[in-house]
Amino acid sequence: MIIAKMKPIEEIIDEVKDHKKVLVAGCDGCVTVCEAGGLKEAQILASALRMYFRQAGQDAVVDEISMTRQCDHPYVDAVADTVANYDAVVSMACGAGIQFLAETYRGKPILPGVNTCFIGVTEAKGEWAERCQACGDCLLASTGGICPIARCSKRMSNGPCGGSASGKCEVSKETDCGWHLIYERLKELGQLDRFEKPMDPKDWAKSRDGGPRKIVKEVSQI
Amino acid sequence: MRLSYPTNVRIVKLPCSGRVDIIHIMKALENGADGVYVAGCLEGDCHYQVGNLRAKKRVAYVKEILDKIGVGSDRVAMYNLSAGQGPRFAEIAREFTEIIRKLGPSPLRTAKKKAA
Amino acid sequence: MSANGTMSRLEKVLKAGHLAVTSECGPPRDCNAHVVEEKARLIGNHVDAINVTDNQTAVVRMCSLASCIRIKQMGFEPVLQMVTRDRNRIAAQADILGAASFGINTMLCLTGDHQSFGDHPNAANVFDLDSTQLLQTVRLMCDEGKLLSGHEMKVKPSMFVGAAENPFADPFEIRVPRLAKKVAAGAQFIQTQCIYNMPKFKQWMQGICDRGLDEKVAILAGLTPMKGVGMAKYMKNRVPGMDVPDEIIKRLQGVPKENQAEEGIKILLEQIEELKTVKGVKGFHIMAIEWEEKVPEIVERAGLYPRPQV
Repeated sequence: MIIAKMKPIEEIIDEVKDHKKVLVAGCDGCVTVCEAGGLKEAQILASALRMYFRQAGQDAVVDEISMTRQCDHPYVDAVADTVANYDAVVSMACGAGIQFLAETYRGKPILPGVNTCFIGVTEAKGEWAERCQACGDCLLASTGGICPIARCSKRMSNGPCGGSASGKCEVSKETDCGWHLIYERLKELGQLDRFEKPMDPKDWAKSRDGGPRKIVKEVSQI
Repeated sequence: MRLSYPTNVRIVKLPCSGRVDIIHIMKALENGADGVYVAGCLEGDCHYQVGNLRAKKRVAYVKEILDKIGVGSDRVAMYNLSAGQGPRFAEIAREFTEIIRKLGPSPLRTAKKKAA
Repeated sequence: MSANGTMSRLEKVLKAGHLAVTSECGPPRDCNAHVVEEKARLIGNHVDAINVTDNQTAVVRMCSLASCIRIKQMGFEPVLQMVTRDRNRIAAQADILGAASFGINTMLCLTGDHQSFGDHPNAANVFDLDSTQLLQTVRLMCDEGKLLSGHEMKVKPSMFVGAAENPFADPFEIRVPRLAKKVAAGAQFIQTQCIYNMPKFKQWMQGICDRGLDEKVAILAGLTPMKGVGMAKYMKNRVPGMDVPDEIIKRLQGVPKENQAEEGIKILLEQIEELKTVKGVKGFHIMAIEWEEKVPEIVERAGLYPRPQV
């Protein structure tokens, strides 16, 4: 899922400090699972903002809601009446949701309450790690189910690099060397022949490098 | 034990300090408390294993926010004691009250007067 | 179509069966033209080719290509080191064409240290290709005269192309398969990370010879002279992928400070003599970082001077 992290509160305050009526909009989707922007986090942020305004001697209203999702029209449209009552909205959804709100409520400043970071998994309670870079051309079959684009700091197709040591990446001892993981997995699967076969240059046009992407499934269109 | 402690301390009883969540501390301050402290079991002695460690982290989390919104992290604290330490309970109440008294009323209460 | 320029001197020396000697030169952190000139003049006649590093450790320096052109015009043989961290396949192929147009005919393909090591850690990295894919690209350009897009060049570059290997990184069992992958991609020579742990290096060479890889690729053993105990300890503890056995440190410690540099050179010369007997070692890559003035002395005392006529 999409993993995000609440923005430093000073940044959020800097954007809302001149508004009088602020709505904090959480999202029940990914940001709830990664504990960055669900109802709980929206309540905490709203409370913090109310206290900020009060100690600054400012008369401001800060309320919180949480939406099922912010990336689908029906849910975004449903809050129209609510949004109309506020000067600004701090959206705690991922970047996609924040933008979708902004596209719908064009006259209202829609401000990001989180930094959207990566596509990842919950490794343990309170710990989320990157797994996918949305490259648009999945090669997991060749690498034992471990992605070198997301898990190698240099997104090498033919790793590891010379800096890989004891299974860790040269960038940080806390980061596993993606290619070390791939090697070990290919060994487990009895597919080490794949390791020695050079992979040709990747087609980055299918990823972000090719420009903003869109998928149309005609059979699903009305 | 009928020990006395300051009358300004309002007690909220919970089965475990781990039941205290971030929002509870924040709401207490929002609703007018000049200070909030969480009293949990001694570390290593939590009846529910690690509830008091969770509380400790949450108190630290709230402290960080409070510094950034102009309320101040000193108004929140974590204390550890056992259920049998009556005198320590009273002592903590007196100690924290003293800290808050020195800090003065919460800026949330005084700000309106400043602005007015 | 025709190829540009003459055969790489390094390739000629190796083909003739001589032990090759290469060294390296780090360009300056400014646009001073004389730094590279002086370093090249110091070592040029004592080596078969001079490597020029490419923004090593992701620190901005004068680009390798410019320095290689300068070295070539002085009459020496440069080795263009190219990392894939900073340039995509378009720029990489363009730089190769530019280099070849000046007669540069030897290249080392590297992925490159991550930018977090350098002085611009906030830069976006490229890594459109990795070192293996850059090897494939160079071979395509030189063997078939084509760019990756399929475009056919009227005048194709001619490059003797190599890669780097570190026999001492963990895990050891990956080291030989990794080399095999680079050979499969087209590497013609390899320069290794500097060697201090001789038994481990020999073990690696054994693995390479067992697979017949020594016949497909020329291994140049990397060597760096220790200036003293301080340097030895630093390299042991602070440089990733470096394997410095305690005996080396003890040996340097057993000698008064003013003699440690000479002891470091002695150790290196002993290593050269030992490596001359190791099957598959076809030459030496002497990296005397900020101590380039010692390279001529090392080459002479190792009995490798003058360099052969080819």
